[in-house]
Amino acid sequence: MTRWLPFPLLTATLLAVWLILNESVSPGTIILGSVLSVGAVRVLLALDPPAGRFRRPLVALKLALVVLGDIVRSNNAVARIILHPGTKNRTSGFVRIPLDIRAPYGLAALSCIITATPGTIWVEYDSAKNTVLLHILDLVDEKVWIETIKQRYEKRLIEVFE
Amino acid sequence: MTHLAELPSWAALLTALLLLLGAALALIGSFGLLRFGSFYERIHAPTLGSTLGIGFVLIASMLFFSVLQSRPVLHEVLITALMVVTTPITLMLLARAALYRDRSEGNDDVPPSA
Amino acid sequence: MITELLVWSIFLAQILLVLAMGCAVFRILRGPRAQDRVLGLDTLYVNATMLLLIFGIRTTSTLYFEAALIIALLGFVSTAAIAKFLMRGEVIE
Repeated sequence: MTRWLPFPLLTATLLAVWLILNESVSPGTIILGSVLSVGAVRVLLALDPPAGRFRRPLVALKLALVVLGDIVRSNNAVARIILHPGTKNRTSGFVRIPLDIRAPYGLAALSCIITATPGTIWVEYDSAKNTVLLHILDLVDEKVWIETIKQRYEKRLIEVFE
Repeated sequence: MTHLAELPSWAALLTALLLLLGAALALIGSFGLLRFGSFYERIHAPTLGSTLGIGFVLIASMLFFSVLQSRPVLHEVLITALMVVTTPITLMLLARAALYRDRSEGNDDVPPSA
Repeated sequence: MITELLVWSIFLAQILLVLAMGCAVFRILRGPRAQDRVLGLDTLYVNATMLLLIFGIRTTSTLYFEAALIIALLGFVSTAAIAKFLMRGEVIE
C-alpha cells in the first residue's frame, strides 16, 4: 500500500481539487485526475518529505471547529483594537513558549493555527530547545497565553499527529 | 442586471450582508496597516481581511452562484483552501525576515535568538 | 426592491475594498522599511482577490473566479519569494 500509493490522503486531496476545478464527476475526469494526482505525489517524493501519521479525525474536526470559533472571536477583538484609538495602555510583545509537540506536521498545523488567528503570529521556531517565539498584539498576561495555546491547540494536535 | 433580479430575495439579502461584512473587515484590516506604530503590530492587521474577510466574500459567491444556477457551485472552496494554507506561510516568512533584519542591525527591541 | 439593495451593497462593498487597497498602497509607498512594503503588497493581493470575486457576482459571470484564483496564487508566490529575499539576499538557495 505505502509502496504503490505513498501519501494516500494527499493523493485523495489532489484528486478532489481536480474534480472541483473541472466541476464534473464523469469517469474521464476521474481517471485523468487519478493519474495526475498519483503522478504529482510521485514527483513530490523527490523532495523527500518526512513521514507523518494522522489519527483520530474526530479530534481533528473538533479542533477545526474550535479554531474557527477562535478566529471569529479574535477578528472581533482585533477590529475593536484598530477602531478604538483611546486604548493606549495596550501592550504588544514577544512571548517564548516551550512546546511538547515534536511531530513535523503537527508543528506545521500549530503554526498555521496561531498565525491564522488575528492577534497572534508565529515568528521563530527553535528546534534544539523546542520553543517557539510568538508576537502577540494584546499581551496582558504571558502565562495565560502559554496555557491557552498548550491546552486548546497543542494537546489536541499531539493526539492527532503523534 | 437581468440576472441579478432572478435571485430569490432571501439569497439576495444574505449575499448583500456577507459581501458588506467581508469588505468592511478587509477595510478595517487594511486601515490597521496605517494605525499601528511598529511593524510587528502592523503584521497582525491584514489577517482580518485574509481570514474572515475573504471567507465571507467566498461564502457569498458560493451562495449566489449556487442559488442562481440551481446547482452546487463549490469551486470557491479552492480559493478558501489556498488562503487557509498560504496566508500563515507568507506572514510567518515575513515576520522571520523582519526579525532577522532587526537582529542583524542590532535593534534592541527584538528578543535575541534562543 | 431587494435587487436594488443587492446592487447597492455590491457597489458599496467595491468602494470599501478600493479604500482598503488605498490603505495598502499607502503602506507600500510610505514604507518605512522593506518589510512594511511587502506587507502592504500582500494585503493588496488579498483585497484584489476579493474585488475580483465581487466583480464576478456583479456581472454574474464565473470567469472572474479563475482570475481571482491566479491572483491569490501569484500573491502567495511573490510574497514568499520577496520575504525569502529579505532574509537571505537570494531567492533560491
